[in-house]
Order: sequence, then structure tokens, then C-alpha cells
Amino acid sequence: MTKSIIIAGVGGQGTLLASKLLGSLLLSQGYDVKVSEVHGMAQRGGSVVTYVRYGEKVASPIIDRGEADILVAFELLEAARWLPWLRRDGVLIANTQEILPMPVITGAASYPEDIPEKLRQICAGPILVDALAPAEAAGSAKAVNVVLMGILSTVLGMPEEAWLAALEGQLRPDLVEMNKRAFYAGRHIAGAAPCPPSMES
Amino acid sequence: MKELMLGNQAVAQGLYQAGCRVVSSYPGTPSTEITEFASTYPEIYTEWAPNEKVAYEAAMGASIAGARAFCAMKHVGLNVAADPLFTTAYTGVGGGMVAAVADDPGMHSSQNEQDSRRYAVAAKLPMLEPADSQECADFTEAAFRLSEEYDTPVLLRLSTRVSHSQSLVETKERREPPLKPYQKDPGKYVMMPANAKKRRVVVEGRMAALEKLAETGPFNRVEPGSDRSIGVITAGICYQYVREAMPDAPILKLGLLNPLPVKMILDFAETVDEVIVAEELDPVIESHCAAIGVPVRGKELFGAIGELSQNLVRRELTGREPEEGFRYPGELPARPPILCPGCPHRGLFYTLHRLGVTVFGDIGCYTLGSLPPLSAMDVTLCMGASVSGLHGYLKARPKEAGKAVGVIGDSTFVHSGITGLIDTVYNKGLSTVIILDNSITGMTGHQENPTTGRDIHRRPAPQLSIEGVCRAVGVEKVLIADPGDLSAMEAAVREALAWEGPAVVIARRPCALLKGVKRLPPVRVEESACIGCRACMRIGCPAVSFGGGKAHIDETLCVGCGLCVGLCPKNAIEEEDTK
Repeated sequence: MTKSIIIAGVGGQGTLLASKLLGSLLLSQGYDVKVSEVHGMAQRGGSVVTYVRYGEKVASPIIDRGEADILVAFELLEAARWLPWLRRDGVLIANTQEILPMPVITGAASYPEDIPEKLRQICAGPILVDALAPAEAAGSAKAVNVVLMGILSTVLGMPEEAWLAALEGQLRPDLVEMNKRAFYAGRHIAGAAPCPPSMES
Repeated sequence: MKELMLGNQAVAQGLYQAGCRVVSSYPGTPSTEITEFASTYPEIYTEWAPNEKVAYEAAMGASIAGARAFCAMKHVGLNVAADPLFTTAYTGVGGGMVAAVADDPGMHSSQNEQDSRRYAVAAKLPMLEPADSQECADFTEAAFRLSEEYDTPVLLRLSTRVSHSQSLVETKERREPPLKPYQKDPGKYVMMPANAKKRRVVVEGRMAALEKLAETGPFNRVEPGSDRSIGVITAGICYQYVREAMPDAPILKLGLLNPLPVKMILDFAETVDEVIVAEELDPVIESHCAAIGVPVRGKELFGAIGELSQNLVRRELTGREPEEGFRYPGELPARPPILCPGCPHRGLFYTLHRLGVTVFGDIGCYTLGSLPPLSAMDVTLCMGASVSGLHGYLKARPKEAGKAVGVIGDSTFVHSGITGLIDTVYNKGLSTVIILDNSITGMTGHQENPTTGRDIHRRPAPQLSIEGVCRAVGVEKVLIADPGDLSAMEAAVREALAWEGPAVVIARRPCALLKGVKRLPPVRVEESACIGCRACMRIGCPAVSFGGGKAHIDETLCVGCGLCVGLCPKNAIEEEDTK
């Protein structure tokens, strides 16, 4: 059975690296993998999404509404935006960081204040965490992506060593140690968070 | 060994395996990475050409010389390369010649949704379409064999979801065929009427031979299924959607999209109760089926606009509604793409907005200058149309001279802005053309171009002088200004608008994302001095926001460009002392 993970965020947040990491991890575990990205005009600080699918044999590289087993949102508004893509029994992992979109900056729209509250009402046991502070503590605000992968690692249930190997394979050598700290910070947060409905494999 | 590869990377892998020697391309999403990956193989000569027509012709020249040659472009790039494309169907090739064209159904990063399969039909060229990264590598390699066997250029059609999805590829070693001997053959390569009339006959003979290949060849295949109530004919990425949505249905998967098979489709139709065609954009396969007398349904189910998906195919063919996801209660603000913090284009578009001029825009990051709050663009068509379009606009409305400008990027100017400027000068136009020189091709992800002074490998190369070109074609008023200096920028635009004749302003400042562009410490708002007038908000910088009656600067986003500093009437925005 093909499993589907959506990584959603804002252009520049490192969603592509996260999907690369995930792709190489799943490949190392012997799965067929497809990863679908968005380039070009769709980036530039806009809403970006990457689809990661794995299983014995994966056909479509894209994920439709109601199909994702896990949604990892790098930003709160994007969590709400991509929520319809999550299955009703899926797991939501969301960074509570807020990045204001241009219509909010210009005053044409306002940033909804009740997103966490609504997310908790709608889905069972969403993992809502501030990934920015632990990323900064690990050494860089840019490591938000790896903190979130640390959280995802507790839900996905792949071997810890495989995650570390994927990190080492995908990152510049001088960034590996800092990102390992970010990864373990994520795992630590997840341990403290309310337990989500577990993934059936 | 199997590797996870982007479809575009797999095409480059196929080029390597096929022994391709020469690649010439112009970048365009979603095709750009093919040439970037190809440039990592020392065995392949790669270059960025000024535009797709030049790239196609350069590759074709290498083919005539006897080498396997290639060029890649996005769908609209094929419009630019269409002139040589059609006639090379007549000449045929020397060494194998393959051109990849990446369509963008859904317009993720394009100005239209044209279907390149129509070009294959119109130009009478064979076209292959892969459905995943493995087929990207395999079909690219096969395309060269096909090209040499049938003496024709071959089109490789990609789409955003194939180009930009990663899947597993089994890689192979490179096998480089020897350079074919070059023989002078004007009857084949000099396309004047007497020769072309003879080659015209060759084209029809070749298409007839390819029609046989379509029936028997390796590119088209039937996948039997246990449920014969519906059989689906499909190709490319749509095959994946159908395979997932209809696991038990027989599928006729087409890899050769021109010419399409006849007997194979007739035979397939015999084995199923109903035939469905699943294809994005135009009803190319569907019309062919209708023409050969096979009743099918396709567009009436899926429509002609945008992309298909597994849910759409499942719903239309099985009546099963997709699993319902969560519904988020409430309105969410959109998050459109924006000019980056520190983007040099921001200063120019702020200036144009202030001046209230009509703006003929062009294709690049700077098309985002059309969005609020800058809102400084009236027209954007295609590469180069800013210069030529403005010229025509002012011929119809000469009184608007002084109130209208064209805006074009450095790479786009070289691509097809220069000829428009020549038209303007030659025909005594009155245009003010602003060239945004940010020292790179930005939108497609930082490719070098003739104005940057570096080649595709980032090695030093002769640098085309934009001001030199403008003067050489006869523009007497050529000004250079820094869009980071708002008063200088405005003065330059005003001076150009006041000039009675064609004028060019070069807005010169490197892209903020370029390596080597110094990131300055973030600026900060002195809250006690801020009067909440929102003047700093008018530049549409994502680092500047407003709350509690005061402006705020996000110090993680701000790159210290200082554009907002001069806008504050109370000098409440402070730059860190960097001395």
C-alpha cells in the first residue's frame, strides 16, 4: 500500500531539502519512492508543497485531497491551507511559526488568530510545536526543516541510524553536526507531545 | 545501481549514456535542470544559448557535423525554435538530434498551457513521451537511435510532473558512437525550393515508416487487465494517474505520440467494452481515435484545462467519490509569490508605481512587479514583447510617449529584446525601455547569460555590454542607475521619459540571492519615532509588516538593503552602523 507524506511550507524554508532527506531515507529502507517538487514562479516566498510517496510500487507522484497519511507543515497558515489533503485518520505535524503573506502585510487580509485552536478541534492529536526556537538553539533558524524531520521520525518509525545516514548523505559535511542536534531536538519535542494516532504500516 | 532522480536529471543521464556530445539550450521552467545536469558530465559540451532558436540551430549544426546533439526548452521556447524545427524535418540529421520540450499543464510557472504534441504533428516529427524518470533516461537514449535510423530530429515531450518528480533510475555506462563523417550534401541540407520539394517527399515516406514502428515498436504497449469494462488509452504522467486509479483496467500506454498507431488502437478497442482516453490539454489522442473510427470518451470527462490526477480519473471512470479530507473552517489569506527581500527590482517598480506610467512588462521574476502593492505592470505577453509591444503602443498613441515604459530583464533582453529595440530605433519610435540588469537569469534559478561574463560552468567568458548593444543599435540616450537608490532611479526614468527619441535606462544591481552579494545587518524601527503612516509598506517588502499601529521589521528576513529607510518621513528606520 502506497503511503503519502506532504511537506508544505513557504518558499525558502527548506522544504526541498526535507523531501530529499526523506526520499533517500525511504530508498535506503528498500521502498519504491516518488518525490514531486515545485520550482520556478511557484517559489519566491509563495506557498510551496512537496509530495513524497513510498511503498512496494508507486504509480502517481502527486498526492490528491484526502490522500496524505502525514502532513508536515512548516508554517501555521500552510498547515490550515493543506489540511484538506490529509486523510481523516492522518497525522498533522505543524510548526506554529507564522510567516505573514503579502496580502496580510499590505492589510488586504488578516492572519487568522485561531488556527491552532481550530486544528485541535478538527484533527485528532495534531502535533503543533514551535520548531524555530529549537532550530535556533541547535545553531541556525534554517534548521527548522530538520527539527520537523526529527518529529516526523518518531511517527514514521524508520531506524534512527537510517535517518542519521540520510542526514550525512544529503548535507554538506560542515552542517551535519548542527543538523543532528536539530534532529534530536525534534525527537525530544515529539516525545513530550501528546501521542498521535500511530501509523499503520 | 538504482538512484532516485528528477525526470530532468534522468534525461541528462540518458544523454550521457547515448554518447551525446553537444547540448545547447536556453533555460525555462520546467526544463532547465536537464542542461544543468548535462553540464556536470565532462564528456558533453554544454552551453547556454541566447534563446531557443539559436540553441536548436547550434545543436542542429553539431548534428550535421556528425555528433549526437541535443537541446532542451520549455513549451513556449518551442515557439521561438519553431522556425528551424519545421525545416529540419526536411533536412533530417547527421548525428542523432533530439530536442526536449517540457509542457506545463496547470501553468505552475508559465504564461500559457499550449500542447507541444501539436508541434510534432504540424512539423511531421516523431515525438516520444516518458512517464517517469526511468523512461526519461531510456527514451532519451532511444530517441538518438530513432533519430539516426529514420534520419530525423526527434522530439521528447516532458511535463512539469515528469520533469520535476523524482523516481528510481537504473543507470548504465556511456557508449559513445564515433563522430559520423561529414559529407557535403546540398540536396539534403540546402533547403531552397528545388531541394526542399524533393525532401518534402522524403518526409512523407519517413512518416509512413514511423507509422509501422508505432504499431510494432517498443514504445507503445498494452497492459492487460482483469476488468474489461473500461480500457484506457493514455501516455506520459496521465498513465501514472490511470495506473493508480484503475489497477484492474487494461491500458494502452503510448510512448510514441507522433505518429499514433492505428491497428494497435483498433485491436485494443476490440478487447474492451468502452475506450477512454486520459490525456491532459488538447484532445490529440482522442481526435486520432475519432478519425480512425474508434468511439472514445475523454475531454467530456476530464476537460481540456489543467492537470489530471488519480482522484479525477477514479471519480470519472468508477463513479467513486474520493476520500474526503478535512475541511478547514474559515477563509485563509492567499500566499502569492513575491519579490525577495533586497530584490533590486523592488526599487524600480516602486518608482514606476509612483510615476503612474503605463508599463509593458516581460518574462522573469520582475513580472511579480504586477502584484500589489507595487502594481506596476499593464501588459506581459512573452519574451521580448515589452520592447516591441511598447513601440507599437506608442505608434498608435504617440501622445503617451513620456508616460509609458517597457521593462525587460538582462537575459530576456538578449533573448529577444534587442530586435525590438532595433525596430524602435529604425522606425523612429519614442520608447523608454528599462533593462533590469541583475547580473543573472533569476527566475529559472540563476543561470549565466551573455551579459554576466561567465559561461555555464561559471568560468570567465566574454561579457556582452548591454549599454554597448543599445548604443550600437542607435539609442542615443542610455542611462545607468541603481534601483537601490530611489532618487537616482526616479531621476533617470524621468530623464529618459523626457527625451524625444528612444531611450534606455539600465537599472543595474545584482540579484540579492547571488553569492558574493553582501548581506547587511537588518534595519530596525525606532518605535517611539514611528507614527504608523505605513509609507514603508508601499514597497511590498516581506520583511516589513504592521501591527499595533507601528511598523515592524522581521530581522530574519531583512537583508539590510535599506530601501525602506528613505521612505520614512520621521527617519524612524535605522541602519546599523557598519563603519
